[in-house]
Amino acid sequence: MDIFLQQLVNGLTIGSIYALVALGYTMVYGVLKLINFAHGDLVALSAYIGLVIMMQLIGVVSSKAVIIIAVFIFTAIIISIFGVLLERMAYRPLRKAPRLSAVVSALGASLLIENGIMLIWGPMPKIFPASIVPNINWNVGGVYISLMQLLVLVISLILMIILYFFVNQTKLGAAMRASAIDQDAARLMGINVDKIIVTTFIIGSSLGSVGGLFIGMYYRGIYFNMGWIYGLNAFVAAIIGGIGNIPGAMLGGMLLGVFNAFISGYLSSSWALALTYVLLIVIMIFRPTGILGERVAEKV
Amino acid sequence: MSEKEKLMVVEDLQVSYGSIEAVKRISFDVYKGEVVTILGANGAGKTTTLRTISGLLKAKSGSIRYKELELTSIPAHDIVGLGISQAPEGRRVFGTLTVEENLKLGAYSKKTINTATLSWIYELFPRLKERNKQLAGTLSGGEQQMLAIGRALMSEPEMLLLDEPSLGLAPVLVKTIFETIKQIKHSGVTVLLVEQNAKAALKLADRGYVLEVGKIVAQGTSKELLESPDIQEAYLGKKK
Repeated sequence: MDIFLQQLVNGLTIGSIYALVALGYTMVYGVLKLINFAHGDLVALSAYIGLVIMMQLIGVVSSKAVIIIAVFIFTAIIISIFGVLLERMAYRPLRKAPRLSAVVSALGASLLIENGIMLIWGPMPKIFPASIVPNINWNVGGVYISLMQLLVLVISLILMIILYFFVNQTKLGAAMRASAIDQDAARLMGINVDKIIVTTFIIGSSLGSVGGLFIGMYYRGIYFNMGWIYGLNAFVAAIIGGIGNIPGAMLGGMLLGVFNAFISGYLSSSWALALTYVLLIVIMIFRPTGILGERVAEKV
Repeated sequence: MSEKEKLMVVEDLQVSYGSIEAVKRISFDVYKGEVVTILGANGAGKTTTLRTISGLLKAKSGSIRYKELELTSIPAHDIVGLGISQAPEGRRVFGTLTVEENLKLGAYSKKTINTATLSWIYELFPRLKERNKQLAGTLSGGEQQMLAIGRALMSEPEMLLLDEPSLGLAPVLVKTIFETIKQIKHSGVTVLLVEQNAKAALKLADRGYVLEVGKIVAQGTSKELLESPDIQEAYLGKKK
């Protein structure tokens, strides 16, 4: 039982990170019907940029809380700019081109960012400083939970709640959902779809940057091609939840994180990735649209 | 007619999809307060014309003047704010959004939603009020058409473009929809109505244009068109 609860906590932590990254995939897919393969690499880039900012601030600013908050905000801004540039340069010129061209462009952008990171920071892993988040652990009935885990869980939850309300309760959120359903009809409402797409990239990149920083601060080791594996896991999470569906990405991320943690806890972590795809295949067989990806029948 | 104010003047409008010319130098005008109908069979260029007015398609040449503005150079999302809204062909309601969310998006170009307009639309279409919390995709075809028209009215347009509102509807519903269009006209909105259902459209409209493979082949008041033997044979199912 202790293993179960401990792995549940660990799984929810990594699941939150998957969910944050998965939201970027699913939101862009929603408005552009495009898998932004470079998203995972933006996540990796955010860990590197966050580390640079953090090292600059340590020694200048004494409060760790201020450092962490500044790192999150500046990294989110920088990665958003990268996200917007990515859309402008890699995807917008191909908006009317066949779907496959955009996919190839996405893969190209992914390689460009990944190798760009390697050129700048080198192929060896970089290590986040220890104790930037104080190493505090609580023992709750035999289950250990660290301050870092708590931060990941709480901040992810808050961000997801904000996103949910933004998308469902605001005018801009409704415009975003409308653009995802039918771009021309959205234009007829007076919605500037290009602006909505840019907004989507900003939100997706910001959430991804938080995910990337969590990866750096939680696991501490970051490497130039980590965007591939984290991106792939988050992408699978988005598909499991139902691609294009925002609550689906949240649920899929959590589910995948917990699933991986149980595999690692009860079997072996080397099985985690293989069984992730078994899970994906099983879900695709029984629910091809993903768990929440049910489409309302549209009458013609 | 000439004393009335011209709201829209279309001149030599030419629109093509690649090398295929869908609209070949057509000209027509719409006066303030009128219902003007564009009739024609499938592929005549009716929808293309409306989509070009709304800015969804780019004109190859020619002009669309609305008041003092040249619409052909204005992006689609700015045209609604100028007072022209459209209920497009095939309804195109946002299926996974509720009826009320659809209506509110209709007023996207407005700073605030005018509750008087919303209640007027609910008055025109009581069914929409009953179902305002329901997802638009679960409505029947007729209800979706009502929603598409209601959504277009939410921007409080001066000119309403309707693309085949009767398409695929049962005759009794067609009658209801056309009754409502009459009410909309009486409220002072100018209507440009594209239809295949020539009889119903001409009964309602002040004037009409007949489009055949991208060209205007006949025009006149509804009475003239209804009495024209060519129109009767081609569009009203009467033998010469």
